Amino acid sequence: MNNSSTKNGSRNAGRTIDIVNKGLKRRYRKEKRFRLYGILSIAASAAFLAFLLTSIVMNGYSAFLQTCIRLDVPIEAGMIDESNPKRSDFQGIIKSAIREYYPDVTERREKRELYSLFSSGAAYQLRNNVLDNPPEAGATLSLWVLADDDVDMLMKGHMKRDVPESERRLNDRQLRWIEKLENDDRIEKRFNTTFFTSGDSREPELAGIWGAVRGSFYTMLVTLALSFPIGIAAAVYLEEFAPKNLATDFIEVNINNLAAVPSIVFGLLGLAVFLNFFGMPRSTPLVGGIVLMLMTLPTIIIASRAALKAVPPSIREAALGVGSSKLQVVSSHVLPLALPGMLTGTIIGMAQALGETAPLLMIGMVAFIVDIPGGFTDPAAVMPVQIYLWADSPERAFVEKTSAAIMVLLGFLIAMNALAVVMRKKFERRW
Amino acid sequence: MLDVLNTTTVEKRNLAPRDSRKTIGTVNVPNPRMVCRNVNVYYGDKQAIRNVTIDIGCNEVLSMIGPSGCGKSTFLRCLNRMNDTIDNCRVEGDIIFEGNDIYDPSIDVVPLRAQVGMVFQKPNPFPKSIYENIAWAPKIHGIVESKSDADEIVETSLVKAGLWEEVKDRLDQPGTGLSGGQQQRLCIARAIAVSPEVILMDEPCSALDPIATAKIEDLIEELRSHYTIAIVTHSMQQAARVSQRTAFFHLGDLIEVGKTDDVFTKPLHQLTEDYITGRYG
Ligand SMILES: Nc1ncnc2c1ncn2[C@@H]1O[C@H](COP(=O)(O)OP(=O)(O)O)[C@@H](O)[C@H]1O
Ligand SMILES: [Mg+2]
Repeated sequence: MNNSSTKNGSRNAGRTIDIVNKGLKRRYRKEKRFRLYGILSIAASAAFLAFLLTSIVMNGYSAFLQTCIRLDVPIEAGMIDESNPKRSDFQGIIKSAIREYYPDVTERREKRELYSLFSSGAAYQLRNNVLDNPPEAGATLSLWVLADDDVDMLMKGHMKRDVPESERRLNDRQLRWIEKLENDDRIEKRFNTTFFTSGDSREPELAGIWGAVRGSFYTMLVTLALSFPIGIAAAVYLEEFAPKNLATDFIEVNINNLAAVPSIVFGLLGLAVFLNFFGMPRSTPLVGGIVLMLMTLPTIIIASRAALKAVPPSIREAALGVGSSKLQVVSSHVLPLALPGMLTGTIIGMAQALGETAPLLMIGMVAFIVDIPGGFTDPAAVMPVQIYLWADSPERAFVEKTSAAIMVLLGFLIAMNALAVVMRKKFERRW
Repeated sequence: MLDVLNTTTVEKRNLAPRDSRKTIGTVNVPNPRMVCRNVNVYYGDKQAIRNVTIDIGCNEVLSMIGPSGCGKSTFLRCLNRMNDTIDNCRVEGDIIFEGNDIYDPSIDVVPLRAQVGMVFQKPNPFPKSIYENIAWAPKIHGIVESKSDADEIVETSLVKAGLWEEVKDRLDQPGTGLSGGQQQRLCIARAIAVSPEVILMDEPCSALDPIATAKIEDLIEELRSHYTIAIVTHSMQQAARVSQRTAFFHLGDLIEVGKTDDVFTKPLHQLTEDYITGRYG
């Protein structure tokens, strides 16, 4: 073999290259095919994602607008309680203003139908307005008050006008009243600040995401404050200090198992331990945060250990070689290098927790909560639970609210993931 | 002395036979810095070092040569207990430094490693600035307290390592941004910043080009006046150039040890002769 190759070196080489060339086409075809598969699968996932996002946006963007009606409210002497303006009958003032605009509506039932075009929140709008700058008697306030959700749906085209009366929630009379408003340019869709500033409500036009955002914020704060230090400490101990023996193997297996446990199980645990045994307050960010911490810990520990493992051993040897203690090696050299990976893991865990519903249902965070939580022990909802609640509501107007809330949640998730990228870039040492 | 490496004929002498595993030559020195007696090292069940007995003298450069896998690094890493970091590694026998057995349970490895520093095969500066690379160890040991102390130690260490002129204007730049040879000299500077008694070097030039290697070799020659140096090398030329004594390892046994000149010109063991004449490697 060796001999022939030296004798017929050139011919042999020619043959080899022939063989190579023959196979070349097949090799390239294979590579092309593989690339095609890759592109196809990326295209498929991109298409699904695009479909999902478009459907959410199409459904939800209209929730950012809200139909409002301009109402002229004449303030007559005696309407406002001088000694205690807060106790004035604002509902009555609104009603009289409505009657003034529709002088020909006199019958009791008709009046009720007329009032129902306006949101019950109109009285609160008037109240706030009056308390902020008290009007003089005789003045006329021109207010944009919220329309009822049925009117809102009609204006947004979700309710057809040309179907038989029995098939829509607004009757012909009500449509005529709305037409009057339209002719007078008194009805229009305006930016929906209510959605971003209020808590949940039975009335769709008064329901907002802010309560859930605050609830999520407090819950995440608890989760982060607990899971980051505990997770990092556990990971550092297991990776750098713990002896490798049966006990640590057992712990490692269990951490990996915990990462795969269905999240509702953590909810059950929270219910049994924190609510029933420790008697912590139900439906609160404190308990929700602790439960989500249990769920996030395995993710953080696993990611942090991977980040620690990725630190080159030569750095540890170098530091040990000049006589540093293990703790000094870890704190001065290993941790700074592993920190970007740890932060990424933490933020991914937090993003998971932010979108988590099931465990929170178990600890009562599914309650209908109108008030905006002001702290860790106030009853609160969180964003995914709010989405779940709205998705479950029968009113047509909650459909768009659901999608809008999903958009807000996605916005937070994207922001968090972007933060993860930025942090990694910032802390990563490129030397 | 170097000629011997190139000549294939060595004058006939009485050599110990190839299968003799007893250490031959002069193990003892008059004024030893470290004394190793019957050192055995095991990785799990596998024995990597067998019954090694050797002295390392003051202010001498001891080179350790031998075919790869013969246990040079393993033995070197015993001398400052770097083997502790390997889980299944077990060391038996006595290694005496400053009158104490360093494997005695009462011995703390932290001060030991401050006294017996190490330079590794692959340059491994910390991913920090050049300044931090040098100043970190003195800081953690409490050798320096003020900024000016640290500045001084950084300068003297870099000067001793022959790197000062090259880096004095960019001390705040990353140590990993230097060339391979500069990185290795930075690592040497880092090791001498804590004023060790002994410096262990494990093939410090194997990743370097000839010019950088020459610089390191000159540096070793200079450092010898202050420190005791044990160096592992796969290059016999390097061993011949830098060391006063040479130890030849083979499959876990210390085969021969003696004055470098003697080992390279008049080896006492057949295996040594085979090795230095390039009959195997
Ligand atoms: N961490 C380790 N675990 C198990 N065996 C090892 C380890 N390190 C080295 N060895 C073995 O010990 C022997 C000596 O290795 P080493 O000291 O690195 O040799 P040298 O440095 O002379 O090339 C080799 O057979 C090697 O396979
Ligand atoms: Mg080696």
